[in-house]
Amino acid sequence: MPMPAAEIERIIKAALPDAVVELTALADDDDHWAAKVVSESFRGLSRVRQHQLVNAAFGNRLGTELHALALTTSAP
Amino acid sequence: MATDVNSKIKNVIESSDVVLFMKGTPEAPQCGFSMQVVQILNHVGAPYKAINVLADPEIREGIKAFSNWPTIPQLYVKNEFIGGCDITREMFQSGELVALFDKEGVPHKQAAKA
Repeated sequence: MPMPAAEIERIIKAALPDAVVELTALADDDDHWAAKVVSESFRGLSRVRQHQLVNAAFGNRLGTELHALALTTSAP
Repeated sequence: MATDVNSKIKNVIESSDVVLFMKGTPEAPQCGFSMQVVQILNHVGAPYKAINVLADPEIREGIKAFSNWPTIPQLYVKNEFIGGCDITREMFQSGELVALFDKEGVPHKQAAKA
């Protein structure tokens, strides 16, 4: 089941209100996305911890509703 | 039992400085993402232990809970979960992976960056 860009951005910003989110479609199916997320919350965290913050925002919708989200994360 | 799987995984991670949980084997990866990490480790020339999760369904599911990470491959250095394919590639490209190996005393073939 696909997830549109606006919904992905909404979910990420609900968890990380200061996040700047840049989405790129990896396929033309609303189901494979690359997201670049910049947030102050990431500062000092390992990349794994940064990604886990974003993944946690989606809960079990990641891997079910949203098939693939390739992440790039950084602090501003 | 979940605890048994966890201690099994812990033993594997502690058995070698660099451990890669992957789909398939380094000689015959069964997934493009696993293959990319194998290529990076081979290129860097760091010795690693590869665990084929396709050969052990218990580890295949257990490792995801163990690391709170939904996908495979998963790379561990000195008992620490480093990341999957995207993070490993990003760290390799930025030189952070080699720097980490240097810091942790993992031998490799890359000259240290000035």
